[in-house]
Amino acid sequence: MPAHPMRRPDPQKLMPLLLLLAPLSLFLLMVVLPIFQSLWISFYDWDGMSAARWIGLGNYRELLADDRFHQSIRNNILWLLLFLLSPVLGLGMAIFLSQDVAGIRIIKSLFFVPLVLAHVVIAIVFIWFYDPAFGPLSLAAQALGLGAVAVLSDPDIVSFGIIAAGLWSQTAFCLVLYLAGLSQIDRDQVEAARIDGAGGFRLLYHVVLPQLRAVSFVATIVTIIGSLRSFDFVAIMTQGGPFGSSSVLAFQMFEATIFSYRSGYGAAIAVALFAIMSVYIAWFLRRTVLADETAD
Amino acid sequence: MFPRPIGLASRQVQIAYRVALTGALLVWIAPLAAIVLTALRPQEDLLAGNYWGLPSRFAFFDNYVAVFSDPRMLRFFLNSVVIAGVSVAGVVVLSTMAGFALAKYRFPGRTALLALFIGGNFVPSQVLMIPVRNLVVTLGMYDTIWAIVLFQTAFQTGFATLFLRNFIITLPRELFEAARIDGAGEWQVLFRIVIPLLRPALAGISVLIFTFVWNDYFWALALVQSDRQKPITLGLAGLRGEWLAAWNMLSAAALLAALPPVLLFFVAQRQFVAGLTSGAVKR
Repeated sequence: MPAHPMRRPDPQKLMPLLLLLAPLSLFLLMVVLPIFQSLWISFYDWDGMSAARWIGLGNYRELLADDRFHQSIRNNILWLLLFLLSPVLGLGMAIFLSQDVAGIRIIKSLFFVPLVLAHVVIAIVFIWFYDPAFGPLSLAAQALGLGAVAVLSDPDIVSFGIIAAGLWSQTAFCLVLYLAGLSQIDRDQVEAARIDGAGGFRLLYHVVLPQLRAVSFVATIVTIIGSLRSFDFVAIMTQGGPFGSSSVLAFQMFEATIFSYRSGYGAAIAVALFAIMSVYIAWFLRRTVLADETAD
Repeated sequence: MFPRPIGLASRQVQIAYRVALTGALLVWIAPLAAIVLTALRPQEDLLAGNYWGLPSRFAFFDNYVAVFSDPRMLRFFLNSVVIAGVSVAGVVVLSTMAGFALAKYRFPGRTALLALFIGGNFVPSQVLMIPVRNLVVTLGMYDTIWAIVLFQTAFQTGFATLFLRNFIITLPRELFEAARIDGAGEWQVLFRIVIPLLRPALAGISVLIFTFVWNDYFWALALVQSDRQKPITLGLAGLRGEWLAAWNMLSAAALLAALPPVLLFFVAQRQFVAGLTSGAVKR
C-alpha cells in the first residue's frame, strides 16, 4: 500500500517523463532498436524477403575469408589515416585566416562553403576534375608529358582520388572549429609568452595548442568517425570499382544487401563497421559526458 | 593575440599576405568556380572542347530552361524542400522537449539518456539500414518522401537534443525559481520562459538540421526508388548517368542543389557556426 494514497503525482517527476516520451520512443525505435535488430539479422542467411535461416557465426566466418572485406578494411584504414590530415590542415588554415584585414569575413565564409555542399555536388565536381580526356588534372599531366591519367579507373590511385574529394569538406569543418577556438585564446598568456621571447612554432606548441585541446579532440574524433562512415563519395564516384579496389565497409554493406540480396551478410558487415566505430564513439562519449558530469 | 596581427608587420609583409590570401582562396574554391563557370557556358563550348576557358557567351538562363524542361527536376527540388522542411519542424519540437527535460530536471538515468542521444548520432547508417527499411515497408511508407522524413526526424533529434540541452542548461536558475514562486506550472515555464529565450538556439539548430537533411544521399538511396519521390541529391546522381556530355546542364542542376544550404549558411552563418562548434568550444 502506498503511504500517501491521496498524494498527486509530483510534477517535478512526471514532467521529464512526459517531455521525453515522444522524442525518446522515436529515437529508440529508429536508431537504437535497429542496431540490435541488425546484430540479430547478421546471424542469419537471409535474402531480405523469403524465410531466414539461422547460421550462427557463419556470416562472420565468411567475412574473415572474404578478399573484398579485406580490401574494404584496407581502404577504410587509408581513409582514416589520410583524413587525419584535415585537423592539421584546418588548424594551419585557421591560423592563416585569423587576421583582421579588409574583407576577411567574406573570405572566411567562402572557405567554409565546401562544408555545406552536398557530397553529391562535390563528387560530381571531382569526377569532372579527374576526367581522363578533358579534366584539368589529366590535361596538366599531359602538358608535363606524363600522358593521360584516369584517376578513377586506376586501382592503384582511385582511393586517393576519392579521399581527396572527402578531405575538401572535412578540412572546411576542422577550419570552422579551429577558427572558433583561436578566437577564444587567452590573450594575456600569449602576450606573456611573447615577452618571455617565445614566438612562432614554440608559442604555438607550448601556449596555443594546449588551449585548443578540446577543439583538437572534437576535430580529430569527428574526423575519424567521418572517415569510417564514408559512403557517398565511393557510391557516386566509383561504385567501389574498378574491381572492388575502392570499396569501403559502408559501401560493401550496401552492395551486399541491395545488389546481391544478402541481408544477413550485409548486416554482418554493418556490425563489423559499428564495432570498429564504437571504440571512437565510446572515447568521445567518455570525454564529453564525463566532463559534463564533473562540471555540473 | 595569436597569430600576431598582420597590421603590426611591415608594408611588404602585409602586401604579401593579401596576395597569398587571394591565391589560397582561388585554389580552395576552384571546384566551386568550375561549376559556376560551366553552369553559364553554352553547350557549343563543350562540344568544341572549351571546358575551362571563358564561356563564348552567357548561357546561364538557357541552361536553366534546359534543366527545367525535364519535369523531374522541379519535383526533385520540391521533394527536398518538403523533406528538409518537415524534418526540421519535427526535430525542433521533439528536441526542445527532450533538451528541456535533460537540462532542468534531475532524474535517474539522465546522463545515460544524454549519452544515448549523442552516441546515436555517430552510429553508421548501415547498421540501421536493413531494420529501418523493413519498418517503413511495414508502415507502408517505403518509396515515399515520408519514409525519409520519419527517419531523419528521429535521427537528427539526437544531435539537436544535445545542442538545445547545452543551451538551456546555461539559462540562470533564478529565472526558473522566480517563475515557480509566481505559481507558474511546468508547462508555463517551458512556453513562457524557455522557448522565448531559446529562439536564437532554435534558429541555429534549424539551419544545421536543414543542411544535414537536404544534403543527405544515403537515406534517400535506401528508402526511395521512384523519380517522383527522390530528393534533389539522389535525383542529381541519377541525372549524371543520363546527361553524360551535357556538363553545362549538370552543373546548373548541381548549383541548384547546392543553393539552399549555401544561401542559408550566408544568411545565418553565426548561428550555423555556433551550432557546429557547440561542445568543442567553451560555452
